[in-house]
Amino acid sequence: MPTYSPTSDEARQILSETGAPVVVFDHVQLAFDEKVVLRDVSFTLIKGHTKVILGASGSGKSTALKIMVGLLKADGGVVWVNGQRVDQLTEGQLMAVRNDLGMIFQEGALFDSLTVRENVGYKLYEETNMPLEEVDRRVEEVLGFIDLEEHIDKMPSELSGGQRRRVAIARAMAFKPSIMLYDEATTGLDPITATTVDDEMIKLRDLEKVSSLIVTHQLRDAFYVATHMAVRDARGHPQILPATPEKERETEFIMLRDGVIIFEGDAASLRQSKDPYIVDFLS
Amino acid sequence: MPLLIRWLKSAALEVQEYAYLTCASFTGAFSRPFYRHDIVEQFDLIGFGSLTVVLLSGLFTGMALASQSGLTLDQFGARPVVGRLVGASMIKELGPVLTALMLTGRIGSGIAAEIGSMVVGDQINALRALGTDPVRKLVVPRMLAGIIMAPVLTVVSDFIGILGGWVVARYQLQVNSSLYWASVTKGLYMDDVWMGLSKPFVFGFLIVTIACHVGLRTSGGTAGVGKATTLSVVAGSVAVIAADFFVTQIFIGFIY
Repeated sequence: MPTYSPTSDEARQILSETGAPVVVFDHVQLAFDEKVVLRDVSFTLIKGHTKVILGASGSGKSTALKIMVGLLKADGGVVWVNGQRVDQLTEGQLMAVRNDLGMIFQEGALFDSLTVRENVGYKLYEETNMPLEEVDRRVEEVLGFIDLEEHIDKMPSELSGGQRRRVAIARAMAFKPSIMLYDEATTGLDPITATTVDDEMIKLRDLEKVSSLIVTHQLRDAFYVATHMAVRDARGHPQILPATPEKERETEFIMLRDGVIIFEGDAASLRQSKDPYIVDFLS
Repeated sequence: MPLLIRWLKSAALEVQEYAYLTCASFTGAFSRPFYRHDIVEQFDLIGFGSLTVVLLSGLFTGMALASQSGLTLDQFGARPVVGRLVGASMIKELGPVLTALMLTGRIGSGIAAEIGSMVVGDQINALRALGTDPVRKLVVPRMLAGIIMAPVLTVVSDFIGILGGWVVARYQLQVNSSLYWASVTKGLYMDDVWMGLSKPFVFGFLIVTIACHVGLRTSGGTAGVGKATTLSVVAGSVAVIAADFFVTQIFIGFIY
């Protein structure tokens, strides 16, 4: 595979096409001392599609996301994100790659000394030259998208767990990234609150055309995102509906076990798998 | 033997990481992007925020010093030169060191706890994922504030300490005011002032960079934050006292 510079026209042209690979993991390996975390992991995320990485705690799911963003360096293998080899970039060069990646951390990781407005607009306030009025408008627009406008001046400590996760999603989408990475975004939430977070993921994917990588061990949420889609009604309001078969096929599942991929396929194939570990995991 | 090797490796890693952090901080202090709002905020927190504790510690140190030295000087009939002793001690030694120790307790622990909490709450990773370099955003403003505000606070502490000494000299030891102030100025040389003003730059730098380093290396959840806070105060205090000895030796060797 050729190495593309961040400004490569060829890379940009390939990435603009339908079905372009926006994230590629190629034989990625990582170990901490004696413990192997990822062993020969390879997968591809297609533009506009969703990849759900399932697995038990400690199977290496979150580590894969951190490697993608460049928060961790792999010991071996190649990682492409938006046409750039993140495994070879320095911390300074990674900042450019991260401009197109939105990441939602476990528990939200909101900045607890900043208000909801400052959290959501953080990147735009601090890392861009966008005029303040425009940033404020964008923050209000994003909070409107996730129905949390009335909480704009609250501190994160005043929000519920579900609201904090949704604000984290708003913070990640405020600068309009084309790829969203969700690290256990619904873990620890009750099913009703988790569904509100799932709906935001679906809305972002289908209405904002964002490619999504979801790391979770919550099967209910993984299948909900795979089997639902968002459309706008006649008044332009988003609606969540059961997904069409074509839409369902745009979500692929990966099952990790002790750092190794043991399954890759769509929701239907996952349900039909005869692998004893997968059957046990799904039951 | 393996235990010793492991300890040596871990100590070498700490030194390497600390050296890397200080280099990255200096690079960040002289290159874009600058987080001006954070720099101003840290100057206010570290400088103005520490004023009360520095004023109180300086005042009582000067008063206690005058009171104690008055008793000793009486044995030689030298009570009128109490100002010389208070002035020289405060400016050369007690002002810089006590101010630095107060800052270690107030600022060092606060920085380690704040940054440590951000580490265990994944906020540092969130900063990086949002395209912000945590060293430029968190360490550089604190380092600049520490280096600049420690000398300013030391001057305040020196002055208030000498003033406290005057209160005791005038009202307890019955030393004439003009005699006290003349003794203070007579006992001071410019070299003493340079020494007293140079030390806080080093102390301010050490306190803040050690606290930031310890904070950024926090692990082990909330218990880890507690350990980081304690370690930051202990390591900062020892570093201040050790640096005080070495800076004093340098001045004695090259200037006096």
